[in-house]
Amino acid sequence: MDKPSKQTVRIGFYICHCGSNIAAMVDCPAVARFVGTLPHVVLSRDYKYMCSDPGQELIQKDISEHQLNRVVVASCSPLLHEHTFRGAVEAGGLNPFFFHMVNIREHDSWVHTDPAEATAKAKELAHAAIMRVAMHKALEVKKVPVHPDVLVVGGGIAGIHAALTLANAGKKVFLVEREPSIGGHMAQFDKTFPTLDCAACILTPKMSAVGTHPNITLLSYSEVTKLDGYVGNYTATVKRKPRYISEDKCTGCQECIANCVYKEPKFPDEFNEGLGKRKPVYIPFPQATPQVVVIDPQTCLNFRNGELTGKCKKSCVAACGDKEAIDFSQTETFQELKVGTVIVTTGFQAFDAKRMPQYGYGKFPNVYTALEIERLVNTSGPTAGHVVLRDGKTEPRSIGIIHCVGSRDKKTNRWCSRVCCMFSLKLAHLLKEHTGAEVYNFYIDMRAPGKGYEEFYDKLLEEGVHFIRGRVGEVTDWARTPDEEGKLVIRVEDTLAGYVRRIPFDMVVLATGLEPHADAQDVRRMLNMSCGSEGFFLERHPKLAPVSTFTEGIFLAGCCQGPRDIPDTVAQAGAAAAEALALIDKGFIEQEPNTAFILEDECCGCKSCIPLCPYTAITFDAANKKAVINEALCKGCGTCVAACPSGTIVQNLFDDEEIFSEIEGVLAHE
Amino acid sequence: MSKPKVAFYWCASCGGCEETVVDLAEDILGVVEKVDIVLWPVAMDFKYKDIEAMPDKSITATFLNGAIRSTEQEEMARMLRRKSVFLIAYGACAHTGGIPALANQFPREQILKFNYEDAPTLVPGEKTRPQLSCTEDGRTVTLPQLHNVVRALDQVVDVDYYVPGCPPTPKITRAAVDALLSGNLPPKGTVIGPDHALCEECERKDTKPDKWDFVEFKRPHQKLMDEKCFLAQGVVCMGPATRAGCEAACTSGGMPCTGCFGGTSRVRDQGAKILSSICSNLAAKEEDEIDKTLAGIPDPVGTFYRYGLAKSILRRKLNLPSNP
Repeated sequence: MDKPSKQTVRIGFYICHCGSNIAAMVDCPAVARFVGTLPHVVLSRDYKYMCSDPGQELIQKDISEHQLNRVVVASCSPLLHEHTFRGAVEAGGLNPFFFHMVNIREHDSWVHTDPAEATAKAKELAHAAIMRVAMHKALEVKKVPVHPDVLVVGGGIAGIHAALTLANAGKKVFLVEREPSIGGHMAQFDKTFPTLDCAACILTPKMSAVGTHPNITLLSYSEVTKLDGYVGNYTATVKRKPRYISEDKCTGCQECIANCVYKEPKFPDEFNEGLGKRKPVYIPFPQATPQVVVIDPQTCLNFRNGELTGKCKKSCVAACGDKEAIDFSQTETFQELKVGTVIVTTGFQAFDAKRMPQYGYGKFPNVYTALEIERLVNTSGPTAGHVVLRDGKTEPRSIGIIHCVGSRDKKTNRWCSRVCCMFSLKLAHLLKEHTGAEVYNFYIDMRAPGKGYEEFYDKLLEEGVHFIRGRVGEVTDWARTPDEEGKLVIRVEDTLAGYVRRIPFDMVVLATGLEPHADAQDVRRMLNMSCGSEGFFLERHPKLAPVSTFTEGIFLAGCCQGPRDIPDTVAQAGAAAAEALALIDKGFIEQEPNTAFILEDECCGCKSCIPLCPYTAITFDAANKKAVINEALCKGCGTCVAACPSGTIVQNLFDDEEIFSEIEGVLAHE
Repeated sequence: MSKPKVAFYWCASCGGCEETVVDLAEDILGVVEKVDIVLWPVAMDFKYKDIEAMPDKSITATFLNGAIRSTEQEEMARMLRRKSVFLIAYGACAHTGGIPALANQFPREQILKFNYEDAPTLVPGEKTRPQLSCTEDGRTVTLPQLHNVVRALDQVVDVDYYVPGCPPTPKITRAAVDALLSGNLPPKGTVIGPDHALCEECERKDTKPDKWDFVEFKRPHQKLMDEKCFLAQGVVCMGPATRAGCEAACTSGGMPCTGCFGGTSRVRDQGAKILSSICSNLAAKEEDEIDKTLAGIPDPVGTFYRYGLAKSILRRKLNLPSNP
């Protein structure tokens, strides 16, 4: 096995105590003594904190004093400090890839309870690393330029804020929104807690800033369908859905809407949660951005089942006149965008209250979701802010708000949606203000941990809103007493009073929780991200990399990562923009050299590898009949390396020699 | 100057390798002219004692085919190693264990019990097992003993060169003989033949699409399209994992490659490599669907390790010592 080149290998080994993190379970001096006896090991030390400055200086000093040409450090996870030690090795004058790290903390001391066995395991792992590092080759880190443009996916408040931050810093931003207008859920809200700012008043200036900003290209009514490439050099494919209106010709005059063959609005209006009506040609809401109408082919008479028939008399076209903005011939188009970084701000969907039939949503007309109430209390809402029941005239005299609908519930969603307590308080305040009704909140725990939130709760208590602690059992129209007749009765165990109550109401509001979009998994796969068990996109580190993902150059903000309120969302959006800016302004990325390459002369062109690459880095060169790996696209996952049947694909840092040596090392210990 | 001495010997093999030597046809005469054949049990009569009496290294080259399975074979291999300057593992069995090494899937006792006691072709109840020695009328006769495992030649003695194939083709045999006679020798340990995979030589190669996967596995007798890549039709073909050099004899004859030339020099375990490749390219992604697809390969060891079990990382069923 011994190769002549190995004669000159001189390895330095260091085992880190990590305070007591490792030393409490692993006998570090014993491991150091053992490794000192292994071939090619010139020196072997144990040290309290290898990652400290003195620890790193020790490595540098030893390299020059003992002519080390390989270094192994046994300590924590490479995720944490591989970079640190590679840096130390490089500062000591060696190629940083003549270094190997052994994880004896997460893989050993933290997960074992028997010191003798943990020490034996540390020895085996160290032995493997010593065998492997002898085979290491010098490698070079490659620098790849970062494209300065940014793609923001989702035009809610998170996307809007991130896009504006980047655009104000002089970066070109593509903001893709799948609805006809940006604004997201926040545009639907009436007021915001706890300050009771008008949501539209604070949001719409930002929306129009997006619409007019020279650095922002707004692609509304569009969806990202594909993302290729890698950090710094992504190519996104965006599907532009036909809105049958030419965006650059429409002035937003809305003459077409007024002159539609439907004299009255007839179809449920999505923006108002179906409480209002719209025509087939419509603008989602007055402040919609862009100020461009949209034609819904499902309801427009010029279409049948979404297919163009041309059977309508097209009074809208006549009304549009020589602006000629209406274009029934539009079809889906696809546009490719070159960007360097991506910020994902796709938001959430509200829990479908029909999934909890005991609360009667969809069965009893006067059970509402929180978003419906947001529209109902809104001055520009379907009733102009006049709160009436679904019959359109009766004002509710008593209102019950049920918290945690689709939150903190093992049967539906286990997580706390974080905002429902506060928006329930806000809605209680607004409903009381609008109607003077008696308002009850049914809560499990009152969660008011933000700035000014607890004070807002106190204010509500003073306003005379009633609070009953208990999870509501059911909402029923079955009256047991005359005063329950014609009412919705909430049955609940009042856990503070200690008995089960029945309280009749005119209106019941369900504080529906936040959950991932139904297509979050598709988006996750398309953008190559991870999801947590609940389906929200996973951040790289919950504390230290909260807006990064496991894919370099893709960042997260807002509720797509987990439920949060507007202040947190905006803060996160700013953080994501800053992360993108950091990459863009650095100008290049350093690429790990652990990429795979093909031994060109030996490749037989069997194409086994071509369909496997998750990064589409492998193509078939038809002229030479051989596979080719684009090194810039390769992420070093090793899939093709393992699958190449003739052993012709080799991966830097993971060639057979290195891996088999490592295995021999780990098996050498008895 | 005396002619170089050459020996041919067979161990655990079917005799096909010997046929290849004969298959050199007229060329054999050319070889015979240039060398003295000192041992060739299949064709000529030599005694063990004659070889034993020869001085060490007096044979220029021994072509040994067959795996090492019995004490007798091991003894001959060791003796021929001593007597030869070059020992050449000739054919798949000597090279990588070959078909006989498939026996490594079973413990020796199971093999003996089945073959001498349980096989339906035996006279019931006799249960006669071969004895290592037997004395009758005052004379003792002995038999070699079966090893626990079947080994390739280089797992028993040092080997200089390998001529792959089941059997090696005349062309590759000629290349080996020519190299020896001309003295133009490759580095020790070389496998005679190219070091890329078979697809390079296969005329079906161009019919393989860039994107493909296995929806189900078929066997060669099932309706297949002529001239099309076997893998693209769902037939296991060892071609991508097998050293070229046979000029794609099987695939051009309508059968998929079974891997007799072994892997390339870069591969430690030919079976594991093709297994990794095929499984990576399954269309099914869910476990039960994957199982269903893989059930289309009824004998995975016999498919992926038909010739290479002895030299594979799997080695053998039980971790027994190799000698009896």
